[in-house]
Amino acid sequence: MSSFPWLTTIGVVPLIGALVVSALPRNRPQLAKQVALAVSLLVLVLTIVMCAGFEAKGPRFQFVQAHDWIPAFGAQYAVGVDGIALVLIALVAVLVPVVLLASWYDADPTPHPMAGELTEGAEIVDPPKRGVKTFFALMLVLETMMIGVFAATDVFLFYVFFEAMLIPMYFIIGSYGGPKRSYAAVKFLLYSLFGGLLMLAAVIGLYVASANQGLGTFSFDKLTQLEFSHSTQIWLFLGFFIAFAIKAPLFPFHTWLPDAGAEAPVGGAVLLVGVLDKVGTFGFLRYCLPLFPYASRTLAPYIIVLCIIGVLYGALLAMGQKDLKRLVSYTSIAHFGFIGLGCFAFTTQAATGAVLYMVNHGLSTGALFLVIGFLVARGRSRLVGDYSGIANVAPVLAGLFFVSGLSSLALPGLSTFVSEFLVLVGSFTRYPVAAVLATIGIILAALYILLVFQRTMQGPLAAAYTQMRDLQFREVLVVAPLIALMLFLGFYPKPLTDVITPAVNATMQDVGVKDPAPTLLSHSTTQRR
Amino acid sequence: MSALLQPALAAGSAETAGHYAAASGSLSGLWLLIALPLLGAAILLLGGRRTNTWGPYLGCATVGIAFVYGLVSFFTLRGQTDRAVDLHLWTWIPVNSFHVDAGLLYDPLSSTFVLLITGVGFLIHVYSLGYMAHDPRRRLFFAYLNLFVAAMLLLVLGDSFLALYVGWEGVGLASYLLIAFWFYKPTAATAAKKAFIANRVGDVGLSIAIMVMFTTLGTTSFAGVFSNAGHLTTAAATAIGLLLLLGACGKSGQFPLHTWLPDAMEGPTPVSALIHAATMVTAGVYLIARSTPIFDHTDTARLVVSIIGAVTLLIGCIIGCAQDDIKKVLAYSTVSQIGYMFLAVGIPGAAAIAILHLLTHGFFKACMFLSAGSIMHAMNEEVDMRRYGGLRTVMPITFACFTAGYLAIIGLPPFSGFFSKDKIIEAAYDEGGVRGWTLGTIALVGAALTAYYMTRLMAMTFFGERRWADDAHPHESPLVMTGPMMLLAVGSVVAGFLLTLGGALQHWLEPSVGPGHEVGIHTISPIVLTLLTLLVVAGGVVAAWVQFGRRPVPRTAPVAVTSVTLAARRALYFDALNESVLMRPGQYLTRALVYLDNRGIDGAVNALAAGIGGGSGRLRRLQNGFVRSYALTMFGGAALVVAALLAVRLGS
Repeated sequence: MSSFPWLTTIGVVPLIGALVVSALPRNRPQLAKQVALAVSLLVLVLTIVMCAGFEAKGPRFQFVQAHDWIPAFGAQYAVGVDGIALVLIALVAVLVPVVLLASWYDADPTPHPMAGELTEGAEIVDPPKRGVKTFFALMLVLETMMIGVFAATDVFLFYVFFEAMLIPMYFIIGSYGGPKRSYAAVKFLLYSLFGGLLMLAAVIGLYVASANQGLGTFSFDKLTQLEFSHSTQIWLFLGFFIAFAIKAPLFPFHTWLPDAGAEAPVGGAVLLVGVLDKVGTFGFLRYCLPLFPYASRTLAPYIIVLCIIGVLYGALLAMGQKDLKRLVSYTSIAHFGFIGLGCFAFTTQAATGAVLYMVNHGLSTGALFLVIGFLVARGRSRLVGDYSGIANVAPVLAGLFFVSGLSSLALPGLSTFVSEFLVLVGSFTRYPVAAVLATIGIILAALYILLVFQRTMQGPLAAAYTQMRDLQFREVLVVAPLIALMLFLGFYPKPLTDVITPAVNATMQDVGVKDPAPTLLSHSTTQRR
Repeated sequence: MSALLQPALAAGSAETAGHYAAASGSLSGLWLLIALPLLGAAILLLGGRRTNTWGPYLGCATVGIAFVYGLVSFFTLRGQTDRAVDLHLWTWIPVNSFHVDAGLLYDPLSSTFVLLITGVGFLIHVYSLGYMAHDPRRRLFFAYLNLFVAAMLLLVLGDSFLALYVGWEGVGLASYLLIAFWFYKPTAATAAKKAFIANRVGDVGLSIAIMVMFTTLGTTSFAGVFSNAGHLTTAAATAIGLLLLLGACGKSGQFPLHTWLPDAMEGPTPVSALIHAATMVTAGVYLIARSTPIFDHTDTARLVVSIIGAVTLLIGCIIGCAQDDIKKVLAYSTVSQIGYMFLAVGIPGAAAIAILHLLTHGFFKACMFLSAGSIMHAMNEEVDMRRYGGLRTVMPITFACFTAGYLAIIGLPPFSGFFSKDKIIEAAYDEGGVRGWTLGTIALVGAALTAYYMTRLMAMTFFGERRWADDAHPHESPLVMTGPMMLLAVGSVVAGFLLTLGGALQHWLEPSVGPGHEVGIHTISPIVLTLLTLLVVAGGVVAAWVQFGRRPVPRTAPVAVTSVTLAARRALYFDALNESVLMRPGQYLTRALVYLDNRGIDGAVNALAAGIGGGSGRLRRLQNGFVRSYALTMFGGAALVVAALLAVRLGS
């Protein structure tokens, strides 16, 4: 089994699915949806089987495959996963079927079946959408790209996926989004292309630098063994870093996200914030740190400052938002600050926490976006101020909103707490001031969640929504697995930490840092442990 | 004193991570204590309407069974030599040196709390059967109550600071849900949010304390931290102590984070009794008592704990004297009584006295809250004491129960409060010097004020003329409510005596919180001090009786009052301060940032993009014919890549 090309299979299946879906007759939208969902479930099953075969104590990269691709400049089709990439691919596999089921009616030309009567002033008039099957095909294409970007172990291949990923997302936002979708899609594209351009320059530079050492290569394994001069490292690091920081997004590269997150259809927003953005923070750990250890160590304190600003700034802005989807986008900016802090604090606890955070944030923000999507589909408004007392008529919706909110504010018992605390405790051992400032973020998180919950769900019922229907079975089915996963991983994160920690240990070794020892225990006692 | 605590830890103190004896026999099922109410909550939450009829009874049953099991475990622990057993459940968070187990620690301190939580919890569950009988959402009420009990048990049973933290926030969640139980009332929703946020402020302290522990000692388990507490420098111990205190202040409604607790009275009254009087709000005292080995290394933090307690107890008393809402009076009374506990737990060797007061307070305050609930039930949810009066004759059982609680809180012998409060005042004076005299005198003054405001409450509620609303027809509550009240009343009468009989509680808790403070020479001889206390209490009672018992009570609060009374009515302006110092500036900051983010950062980037793209016209065109332009861009980019790479290849 070990020689079975797992990653290629998992990557190709959705692409084939996309072709099948787009080949289906235009007048059978229902079939297109069902096929797409079935394909995504197949990918999920395959991924689960693959994950079961991953050996936590085995080699760093597993399910490895490498074939020459463009021999002229040493580019390979090389894939393989370490524990970090593995859990992110698993996240993709879990989220895509959830998102497809949640988006069941989102691409339909007819009004949403749950939508209430239009009320004066509280309405969103969506521009016409492209076809149903195109939407579902695009989602599957996107899944291929997302798997590919995490699986690539060749820097050039990674770059190709990194850029190609934009195309389906661009169309998903631009063709199926809200009223300002064109603006949001173009803004998303321009930002990403700008970052991509910088990365391209850095990728080329990396090749040149490796060629100068007599080994022109894009192979991650070979590149980590090279030692670049300090100035080369700094420049190349910056190229990669800015591209990733835009993608993540870190403050101050964040302004595209609120627009994209708000205008994208809900399913697109979940994948955008839940997965695509993680490519940025994944890139920090996979490429910035191991390839440019000197630059990472030198620049880390400055980056941590940006991350802390992001944590506080994102939270404060989330509080001030009037649009529900923008609000969630800003909470994500705060969360990405935490993830960035975890990546650059250089302790195994913080970095493991950061990776866990990437997974948990995907689940948590996914759930939050989905529930808000259900609300907006019913109320036809994204504005916080249009809602009030919804819990009176839709207690299940309100309950799921609340639980998703709790996961966003990292309540202990939910998985987000484990990751957030690991980031904080791991950062504290090296950067106590930064960790303390970030900890203030947990107060702000409670504020932005409880404020919006109070404004929309509690209090007297808004007159316009007395007829609002509670969630359907399909909708509960969509969010329930996410919440169940968060609860399970909140009490038993070991299956994830067991595979993440070895990969993180290897990364920290590449950077050349060790966890600080307990400061007040004598050296001898520390060693005896 | 940490050396004295060592016997509680198993041999092998040379290792950094000490450990407790493993749980065996009937104690190996300790997890059931938490699992039972948790299961109850899960069934009630997920079961939906099907559980409407029998759900509330299930909620009572899980807690009742947990109480019985708690009793069995208590006697098992008493019967064995190892007075602290650890139950390892599973490995929770393992990341290299940061290794946290999910495990339970069962020792005298936690066993005592288990009995309080499940015992009083069970009575209040039963009471709620009657109190919430007509609420269509009572199934959820019992679900949340069960959830609370489970979280609270985890809080006191967890064997590491992180496990405690899970319970700590869990009770905060349950508290939020229950304060906001009538979520359609904006005041309830706001109060719940305020409680959660104030708690979160405290939680920041607790989490940073845990981070300091890990950074300095490499562990967060009780066994590991306490057995290595000797390695802590004074500075580190003080830092941890003060951070823990911040957490405790949030949870226990202590100055300056006390303002949420009175607002929390928006919740149904059984909630106020269970969560906001008897159990959750005392978690801060538990935390500090539990962390005795750390506080033993920091006199500064201990002193600050006592000072916070003293300040809070005065604040609570003063405000309590001027409130007209019966639940608010009881709430401020809780604030102030927990102040007493903080004052005591800060004094070396007095932790057991703090726990004693915590237990007696659990009985008498729960008793009074439930009695207040009984009154509200009878008076159409009226809470204004100016609309009460003369209820003594129409509600005799409620009156009797409330009186038992009243006599206990003012500290009349032989009621329970006498034993605990008297000891706190004594311990405070015995500190000696300026510290002892100041703390002791504050505690003494507090006793007088407590007698004053409680007598005022009694007089306004049960005596005097009937000032009821026209549609009020008060009647005694059903047995399902008065039953628990009477049991708690019995506890209010006898608990203090029983717990101190032969120093029972003191000896029982010794393995957990260390031995009591042996004083050679008392600052003031205990007999004299007791008499003095009784004297000031009598003064408070008489003053209030003269003012409110002998004279008619106006139906609306008098307007022409002294500035002190006015300040007390306005809760000493703490809310106004919060509003003007934190909330308003916060709002302005948020608004300014939103503006800046839209205009400043985003605007700058947009302008830059437009500039690069050749003016905003280009941008607009991109939006129109976006497919073609995009394809072109991609193609151009790809061509550039290949060209560049080939150039490099050929060049080298």
